Amino acid sequence: MSTNGQTAQPPATSPEAGFDLDAAWRLHPQVSVRPERFGALLYHFGTRRLSFLKSPELLSVVSSLGAQPSARAACAEAGIGPAELPAYARALATLATSQMICGRPDDRRKDGT
Amino acid sequence: MTVTAAPLTAEFRSGLDAPICLTWELTYACNLSCVHCLSSSGRRDPAELSTQDCKRVIDELERMQVFYVNIGGGEPTVRPDFWELVDYATAHHVGVKFSTNGLRITPAVASRLAGSDYIDVQISLDGATAEVNDAVRGRGSFEMATRAMQHLADAGFRGFKISVVMTRHNIAQLDAFKAIADSFGAQLRITRLRPSGRGADVWDELHPTAAQQRELYDWLVSHGENVLTGDSFFHLAGYGQELPGLNMCGAGRVVCLIDPVGDVYACPFAIHSEFLAGNVRAPGGFAGVWRSSELFAGLRQPQSGGACTSCSAFDACQGGCMAAKFFTGLPLDGPDPECVRGFGEAALATAGTAAPPRPSGDHSHRGRPTTLGSGRRAPVPVSIGPRPGQGLTASTGQAGLTVRSAPDRACDESPLAGFTLPPAR
Repeated sequence: MSTNGQTAQPPATSPEAGFDLDAAWRLHPQVSVRPERFGALLYHFGTRRLSFLKSPELLSVVSSLGAQPSARAACAEAGIGPAELPAYARALATLATSQMICGRPDDRRKDGT
Repeated sequence: MTVTAAPLTAEFRSGLDAPICLTWELTYACNLSCVHCLSSSGRRDPAELSTQDCKRVIDELERMQVFYVNIGGGEPTVRPDFWELVDYATAHHVGVKFSTNGLRITPAVASRLAGSDYIDVQISLDGATAEVNDAVRGRGSFEMATRAMQHLADAGFRGFKISVVMTRHNIAQLDAFKAIADSFGAQLRITRLRPSGRGADVWDELHPTAAQQRELYDWLVSHGENVLTGDSFFHLAGYGQELPGLNMCGAGRVVCLIDPVGDVYACPFAIHSEFLAGNVRAPGGFAGVWRSSELFAGLRQPQSGGACTSCSAFDACQGGCMAAKFFTGLPLDGPDPECVRGFGEAALATAGTAAPPRPSGDHSHRGRPTTLGSGRRAPVPVSIGPRPGQGLTASTGQAGLTVRSAPDRACDESPLAGFTLPPAR
């Protein structure tokens, strides 16, 4: 099938690749997440693609996206420091490109800020 | 993104708590008698899993978070409860990809399939012309498959799969297959012929020649982007460049096979007692087999590459396909029979006169020839029901089962089909 696997992981160094860390994101509703010792497997039932999260930290970030006002907040919640942030932004960009995560345009900043 | 595939592959080699996906042959019944059928299908087995048995398995797959199943057979759509089971699976978050020869893909069925994101369809076709296809799959099968593809395309089903087993007679049709897929808005998927099931009887006559293997490799290198292979050709990586794919044998590690009577095998191409891990009807169910089978535990241990480890291509090809070796009578820690360096041919030549192992079961239609040309096959008694398990010995395993491909029948399954790990760096 058309499960072209992809690996999303925090690389050592890279630009943020245009990913909007301050936007609100969430897991795509057609994506199923299976935690594994190395991180997690993701499967998108719409695109029939498989992806991998190669660290438990990245899984934490992805899991909390939908409950946090921004991707930046989700990273902070997972304990990601500023030095690592660009790497995570890049991993999230990859997931956004393959539609594993998607934006929440109507769901910004519920705390009113 | 930076990718290091090696550690992930290592994780997969040591096995996961649940398969990523698996192949499930729902029935041995089939309207066709393809000469290379990897499951020797034809007649229904009286001990076939009941609807309730199947639903229990699906419940387990949902709990284990198996994302999808590759359903085949036999021709799975001849089961009266086929659509009921498909609906049950998708309602329980288990996606379905099923393989069919097109028999039941009417316009109404095609419309219904086009409306579901959780169902994917593979139409089996082994020739780009009726002449080539029907010689292997039977008279009228090309027309039946073409009609099904037209119905799917008319219903707006984009991206369904056309699944081709590569043989000596259709390698030259690669471009034509691609053109057919493009004309229907479908995706081409090509897989390796394996000497499994009835494929053992015709392998000598149908497997690609050495020159054709090279032709196939070159074609894949230049067209690989949009063609799925189920990772079934990683033995060709010995030519140099690795082809896209997982490049490891997932058997018993991240994939497996459930057969129509509930027997669990390491992979779809290894229906033999040597690779039988257990039965889903046992008290522990499918999960018990997956997690506790001695056979699978053995496959998840580091494996010996035997004589192949001294070959410079070993890292790329991993010794090839376990099932291909087994059913051609070669040692599992030796070269693949289609080794691109020619070691397989040499091994076959010196393998002696002992007959290679036969598949454990045969559900072929009675009284119909299932041979091609000069085939030689003796009738094999049908065996029904679970067979005693048997562990692989330590020297067996690894070299790599590729899980994929094969044949015809409605199933081609390769659980990890098309699954691509980015190149290691």
